[in-house]
Amino acid sequence: MAELKITVNGQHYQRDVAESRTLAQFLRYDLGLTGTKIGCEEAECGICTVLVDGMPVDSCIYPVWKAAGRSVTTIEGLTQGDELHPIQRQFIRHGAVQCGFCTPGLMMTSCALLEENPNPTEQDVKIALKDTYCRCTGYTSVIQAIQSAGREMQGLPPLPVNDPEVSEPLRVISRSVMPQEAVEKVTGAAKYTDDYVFEGMLYARTLRSPLPHARILAIRTDKAKALPGVRAVLTYEDVPGENLHGLVYRDWPVLCHDVVRYVGDAVAIVAADSEDIAALALKLIEVDYQPLPVVADPIYAHSPEAPILHPNHPTGNLLKHIKVRHGDVERGFAEADVIVENTYRTPTTEHAFLEPECSVGVPKGYPGHDKLTVYVGSQIPYQDRNQIARAMGLPEEEVRVVGTLIGGGFGGKEDIAGQIHVAMLATVTGLPVKMLYSRQESLIFHPKRHATIIKIKTGARRDGKLVAIQAELYGDGGAYASLSDKVMTRATTHATGPYEVPNAQIDCYAMYTNNVPSGAFRGFGVTQSAFAVEQNMDMIAEALGMDALELRRINAQRVGVTTATGQLLRESVGLLETIGDVQQDMYAHHNGSGFRWAWREGHKAYGWGVACAYKNTGLGGGAPDKSEAEIEAFEDGSVEVRTAAADMGQGIAHVVAQCAAEELAVPYEKVRVLLCDTDRTPNGGPTTASRQTFMTGNAARHAAIALREAFTQYAAELYDVSPDSIRYEEGLLRTNGKAVEVGEIVKHMKAHGVQPRTRYEYHAPATQPLGTGGDMHFAFSYATQAALVEVDTETGEVHVLKIVSSTDIGRAINPLMLQGQIEGGIIMAMGNCLSEAFIIEEGKPWSRLLARYKMPSIKHTPHIISRLVEDRASAGPYGAKGVGEIPSINTTPAICNAIYNAVGVRVFSIPVDQDALLRAMKAGQKAVYTAWQDVK
Amino acid sequence: MKLWESYHIPSTTSEALALLERYQGQARVVAGGTDLLVEAKAETHAPFVALIDITRIPELMSLEVSANEVIIGAGATHAQIVKHPVLASRATCLVESCGVVGGPQVRNVATLGGNVAHALPAADGTTSLIALDAQAEVIIEGQRRWLPLKELFLGPGKSALNPARDLLVRFRLALCGTRQASAFKRIMRPQGVALPILGCAAWVELDETGQHFASARVSIAPIGPTPARASEVEAQLVGQPTDEATIERVAHWAQAALHPRTSKYRATADYRREMIGVLLRRTLGLAVERARTGQAIPQGVGL
Repeated sequence: MAELKITVNGQHYQRDVAESRTLAQFLRYDLGLTGTKIGCEEAECGICTVLVDGMPVDSCIYPVWKAAGRSVTTIEGLTQGDELHPIQRQFIRHGAVQCGFCTPGLMMTSCALLEENPNPTEQDVKIALKDTYCRCTGYTSVIQAIQSAGREMQGLPPLPVNDPEVSEPLRVISRSVMPQEAVEKVTGAAKYTDDYVFEGMLYARTLRSPLPHARILAIRTDKAKALPGVRAVLTYEDVPGENLHGLVYRDWPVLCHDVVRYVGDAVAIVAADSEDIAALALKLIEVDYQPLPVVADPIYAHSPEAPILHPNHPTGNLLKHIKVRHGDVERGFAEADVIVENTYRTPTTEHAFLEPECSVGVPKGYPGHDKLTVYVGSQIPYQDRNQIARAMGLPEEEVRVVGTLIGGGFGGKEDIAGQIHVAMLATVTGLPVKMLYSRQESLIFHPKRHATIIKIKTGARRDGKLVAIQAELYGDGGAYASLSDKVMTRATTHATGPYEVPNAQIDCYAMYTNNVPSGAFRGFGVTQSAFAVEQNMDMIAEALGMDALELRRINAQRVGVTTATGQLLRESVGLLETIGDVQQDMYAHHNGSGFRWAWREGHKAYGWGVACAYKNTGLGGGAPDKSEAEIEAFEDGSVEVRTAAADMGQGIAHVVAQCAAEELAVPYEKVRVLLCDTDRTPNGGPTTASRQTFMTGNAARHAAIALREAFTQYAAELYDVSPDSIRYEEGLLRTNGKAVEVGEIVKHMKAHGVQPRTRYEYHAPATQPLGTGGDMHFAFSYATQAALVEVDTETGEVHVLKIVSSTDIGRAINPLMLQGQIEGGIIMAMGNCLSEAFIIEEGKPWSRLLARYKMPSIKHTPHIISRLVEDRASAGPYGAKGVGEIPSINTTPAICNAIYNAVGVRVFSIPVDQDALLRAMKAGQKAVYTAWQDVK
Repeated sequence: MKLWESYHIPSTTSEALALLERYQGQARVVAGGTDLLVEAKAETHAPFVALIDITRIPELMSLEVSANEVIIGAGATHAQIVKHPVLASRATCLVESCGVVGGPQVRNVATLGGNVAHALPAADGTTSLIALDAQAEVIIEGQRRWLPLKELFLGPGKSALNPARDLLVRFRLALCGTRQASAFKRIMRPQGVALPILGCAAWVELDETGQHFASARVSIAPIGPTPARASEVEAQLVGQPTDEATIERVAHWAQAALHPRTSKYRATADYRREMIGVLLRRTLGLAVERARTGQAIPQGVGL
């Protein structure tokens, strides 16, 4: 310790600060300025950016003593009194805030840029923010927000907001209202799990297996327990209840007992007075391992010689064989005039949500906590509660899960991370315990997108009609089941593409291996199958000499079509319209003289490519899908919506608030939302399967209708009028010329012991399990995208210049924020196609640093031209269906089709390897079967 | 977990050397920390006992331009170099190479000295310094002296400087004069670590007619285990016309003559060989044009 002099946000500090502190740690933990976030501690993601003497730096690796005598500005220093800074205002206005976790870093970096240059071009913004990542927004809105802020700072009018066109907007629905907690997110006041601090709190760490497959012979914890400052060291023996968790199959040990099955498997947990002591304690735990043979890939896993990883699983390493049978494929192919058959490969990919996992456990009896409580940013709070309770041997009512804000999830925060571990440690120590994963730990631990191998054969007649599809998919499920069953089912059922295919035979093998588990990731298996389906489609079109969009139009699903799972589509199939939109916009955005699929300028080759997609909304497959919401009105005329539906940035909070405001006719600003507290909010179900708008939107809407009806009934009696005469507008109830504030009715109701509170449990339309025919899903969203790429024929480098997109989402509840979902999904999918692969070598992750996993940065942002199709889903709230996943599915094949059109080389494995692409071009080869990860 | 214990900010080189001496090999010299601390994060060894921050030693932070040469302190940041107008026009390849390192946050703290001390075979700044025939002033085992830059590199990641004992003080290089110019380009991939697949810096001097190469220095990396000049390529250029045909011929020749290696998850040797040709064409062409026109505006900075 030594005395540090430093100025932060204009305030001078002189205090003892550990020399080992980083600037980020000092700001967050010593000064409590938690607006500065830590994303990687590798100077990679930039979200920790603060200004030191006006200069942006990555505070996560900046020693605080390096800032001695200097002046630091953080997000908390942007606001002047109550007045937001123009950057803060414009980020909100342009819809550039989703999860909010990267927002402080983006804004601080922008602040430095605008101080130097208040009129930045798009290129200037891209240069300044090149290393400041955002995984949600897709950057387009960020660029506009920064340019607008610069204008505002000079007293110029800001740029117009790029609000998409929608049909039949209502009073609040289909209006781009401000998302909930946006102000907190832009000021740094928003609280994510690591921002919570409790008196006496301990810090926990997890000892993880360094081996992909090994028998545990012994675990010795004595030395670790003896280390001063260590409060608990726990192993499998200390799990009070069932030592297993898992969302679909309970196969994942809370703490490994006899065997470890992947690098990252949890073996022991430690709670100590500080993180450093906890980390030191991990090094003192001795584990004797006997290495076992490693099952490193799903095809080997299926072979008879592979060791069985889960002896209790009835079908060995085959987690599940998933089948789609429709018509007679042999007869179908016999009718075909053209058949293409290819094998595609997709890698394991990582969500890279910018907030690493964090949980805080607070024991029963700690002040303000009458039961064991876990604070966590999780996608499924009620299932967390269930899994914590089982492992703790407690009834569910004795566990409370409080959802915090979530810094991005994308499917990666569905499985249990540290929730059970902190519950155990808090219970044993009697103190609150925080477990924050480092980025590096997060990378190796959590379930990823499945690597797949997809062999697919597509047959069509001369007139373009598809006659048969046959496919075989292998999915690498990794060490534990997680959501593999469901994800690979979706890959299988969507393997016909959004087309009418009379004959289909699709077999999928979801396999256990010793790789990192695979689970949910935006797109949920459909991302993988679309990569294969949509390239085969282009090959059919080429073989038939047919326009690629025309082929899709001929086969497009429409009302009256029966899918390969036997579902008759009766409504809300907007695919044809999305195809039409994209064709029109693609033609309108051609470069030069008239539309061409491909052209050359010097050593640059240009090409357009298209692809279609569809994605179910909701769980489907016969799973009971329900969501519950509660609404309460208050005397001041405000309303609170309560539901345990996680908002990881996608915006379910403003969706439910809009539904409530619409039905109760109160101003949107009067609606508060309380999310994800298992003691205070009813179960909204998992945030997965693009289901929340449909499910919890419906629950909130119906709860609001019920509350309105309660008001009506009460007021009718109170004022002795007919209920039919009562109308609502702008927070007022009107009847017979009288106008009463809703708050007044609330007062009356409460005075008479009537609670102005309603709860509604919404049940989705019934679905059928796969293989039984009928409705497997209650709604599908549709999309068409076109990509314009530039390929440097001297280097093989690929740049995406434009993405034209049209998406059928039934109805846009909040058009601007919905567009953010689409733009963000597209950019994420560009990463899937061009840069991302989580590399595992014989079970050992090579991608254990964020520096080894590149996601798209702002500099990759293409010009996105996006339109919405609103083909209403009758059961959806105001006609809405899911949007979370659909935009990220067809970008990859659209880009690959564009590359083929540009240079004549087809890419069968992603991410696209410029090295192999160039060598293929030079050699005159028409296909590339290797990807970046094959460069060895 | 903490990556270091003590942090010292000496204000002179002798103070820094005394601290290093005091810690007996347990301390590390640090400047921006964007390599050192990130590597420390990646490894699981114990924290550094002490870090010696050299960025407040005036001698290491200087950037002095005289008529024909520049002295750049080892602690000068990439951002300082990129923003320097004289370097932009007269040491253009250095600005271009420093301008593609990281984003603004990294360039604001990462130093040229750190880039060199790390001794990576394809560090961007280093590649340009080699082509500019830079010298480095070092204090090795307490002895202060000027060395040709290339003598600092012993192998991949292995420097003649001991980071627990020695200091890199500053660099000296000649600024481009009449009919002289330089250019730097690199090939990256969007995946994996942020190291170039191949980088190339070229410095040329034209004869009085402006029609022939009077002299040339070329650095292509990574080719060998350490940064080095491609002297055979340079020899092919001297005395030849500065036309496309020469450049094309030399590019072809270099593709056949040089032997790049395959690096896992970075590039195949075949691809790198192709890129040798591409980068030589692009950098030589640009450098010749700059030397001819006397105008050099850095390209690609920040991207």
